[in-house]
Amino acid sequence: MQEAIINKAKELLADGRVDRVIGWKKGEFSYDITPAVFETAEEIDAEFVCNDFTSANVSKYLVKETKKDGTVLAFLKPCDTYSFNQLVKEHRIDASKVYTVGIPCDGKLDPEKIKQKGISGIRSIEKDGDMLKIDTVYGDETLKISDAMSERCLSCKSRKHVCYDELIGEDGDVISSNRFDMVEQLENMSAQERYDFWRSQLSKCIRCNACRNVCPACTCEKCVFDNDDSGISNKAAADSFEENMFHVIRAFHVAGRCTDCGECSRVCPQNIPLHLLNRKFIKDINSLYGEYQAGADTDSRAPLTDYKQSDCEASVVHERGVE
Amino acid sequence: MLRISLDKLDTLFAKIAEKQKLYIPSDREDGSAEYMEWSEGRKLSNALNTVRSAKEFFFPQTESLVDFKLSGKNIEVIDIRKETEDFVVFGVRACDARSFGILDKVFLSDPVDSYYQNRRNHGTIVTMACTRPSETCFCTAFGIDPTAPEGDAACFTDGSFLYIKANNDRGEAFVSSVSSLFEDGDTAELEKVQAKTKEVLGILPLSGLSTEAFGGDKLNKLFGSEKWAELSESCIGCGTCTFVCPTCQCYDIKDFNTGHEIKRFRCWDSCMYSDFTKMAHGNPRLTQLERFRQRFMHKLVYFPANNNGELGCVGCGRCLTKCPISMNIVKVMKALEAE
Ligand code: SF4
Ligand code: SF4
Ligand code: SF4
Ligand code: SF4
Repeated sequence: MQEAIINKAKELLADGRVDRVIGWKKGEFSYDITPAVFETAEEIDAEFVCNDFTSANVSKYLVKETKKDGTVLAFLKPCDTYSFNQLVKEHRIDASKVYTVGIPCDGKLDPEKIKQKGISGIRSIEKDGDMLKIDTVYGDETLKISDAMSERCLSCKSRKHVCYDELIGEDGDVISSNRFDMVEQLENMSAQERYDFWRSQLSKCIRCNACRNVCPACTCEKCVFDNDDSGISNKAAADSFEENMFHVIRAFHVAGRCTDCGECSRVCPQNIPLHLLNRKFIKDINSLYGEYQAGADTDSRAPLTDYKQSDCEASVVHERGVE
Repeated sequence: MLRISLDKLDTLFAKIAEKQKLYIPSDREDGSAEYMEWSEGRKLSNALNTVRSAKEFFFPQTESLVDFKLSGKNIEVIDIRKETEDFVVFGVRACDARSFGILDKVFLSDPVDSYYQNRRNHGTIVTMACTRPSETCFCTAFGIDPTAPEGDAACFTDGSFLYIKANNDRGEAFVSSVSSLFEDGDTAELEKVQAKTKEVLGILPLSGLSTEAFGGDKLNKLFGSEKWAELSESCIGCGTCTFVCPTCQCYDIKDFNTGHEIKRFRCWDSCMYSDFTKMAHGNPRLTQLERFRQRFMHKLVYFPANNNGELGCVGCGRCLTKCPISMNIVKVMKALEAE
């Protein structure tokens, strides 16, 4: 597939359809991939990659890229197309300056999962059927691909590209996923158990802001938490209350706009399952206002920015909060 | 050398914890290791390193500095400093152990940072030699020997025994406080393990990394390099690299109004942030390129310029594993060197 993508990029550059290509650049090892912009066929031949580790969602970079002159080519995985659409819907991306090519995806791998199996000194990682063959300085290792699959890919919601100018390979379908299972488990806990769960998770937070900065729904020019004049800016949680509030406020702010792309949990250095907060909102929106998938289109009205007489009453909060 | 069977680690930890708080790297529910206070049942992690570095024991992420109380027209200044209690950090890797030397140069040179010094004076660092370095390790590029770590006392293991050796007076005192549990033993097995580890260090992917292109005298060439644009292009300015780094030392001082008093505190800061070193006129580094460049120039040029050539990185590899876009000091060094 990488070959087809590289050829497509070079072809579109050569016939002047696009001026730049945003994609991924290879690193020191098999898995440390960096999003990058390429301007020439030579650069692409030398460094472009698209493999099992090119998981970074490049749509947010298009906010910056479309402020520049010219057209940029972006390769989007199915889940990335939802982020792209949502950003277009919010007028954060000038879609006329982007040429999108949908690329197939059968799940990306998480290097941390491989390392947590005790595999170290990795020199290269290759696929062999449903196994990974890993060459390390300590000898050869094998691992089932499913054991190395990213958490978000294990509960992938769609193999369908919701927008593209062109497609490489066959398009997939929206799939029924188990993504709300864990949310349900949390809902079934007692309030105290749930509180303890979130306390133990959120207390690991180091407020590095990786979750916020990578999030395609977080595109404010100046985040309230970075704004000295807001009175609540902070680089470190002064107490546990604040630590929780940062996440709760962020989850509220992206509610109805979060497409469940999973970038926040992917980048969190402390492995906090942030996606569960957002999925709780998605699940609630679905049940209170009717099924809604952020990023599925660019023109529908989002439930939280729309009013219908059939909307649930505010008392729902009280009713559901009673144990 | 003094040694104790590895299955008696709990007895050793219990003995240390009798007199002072003991912290060890231990596994969390999500599979990563973190320093935790030892209590009965807490197990030493097998992980090579913790997500957060050990710098936190001396330079915590947040700490209160001083309180102010307003009464009428008077401001009462309350010094909240207290003498820290003695504590032991066990299982520190050679890379983190070297980072304390780097932090000392910042916090213990004139004017001495009394908050940091207080903790340094009360902490005993017991290191643990590495036997399974990873592909992201490059401590040897900075002259660190992970098979013979620094620290007040150092431990080594051959898989069956834990060996211990004091590196200084504080380490001597520590070793003698627990030596009743140890016995003198043969080191033949340990030497084999050390030789094996040295062999692995020689074939790690980053083993040939050179630091020659860097140092205090390389300012003009490196600052003006055209590579910074490309290197920093996709940096999301999150600051993860700075927060997990054992040698990043920048902090911000802020006032917190509780309603009836002011608490002045400091917290880690990151050069990657838009309000870093913000002054009355604004921020001196307007673009992410400039902020990104600052982090690496600090480690590779500014720090050595002020500290007899010593580089400000210890090769722990944390920024390699944790950066969301996998951009890191190794990629920066290789790109700049190739210029
Ligand atoms: S990425 Fe993780 S550690 Fe960083 S701010 Fe977000 S939740 Fe906290
Ligand atoms: S280099 Fe990586 S970890 Fe550091 S601020 Fe940039 S994106 Fe974040
Ligand atoms: S710059 Fe990176 S490798 Fe060097 S000490 Fe800091 S985190 Fe470790
Ligand atoms: S960088 Fe060196 S000292 Fe640190 S964990 Fe790796 S091998 Fe050990």
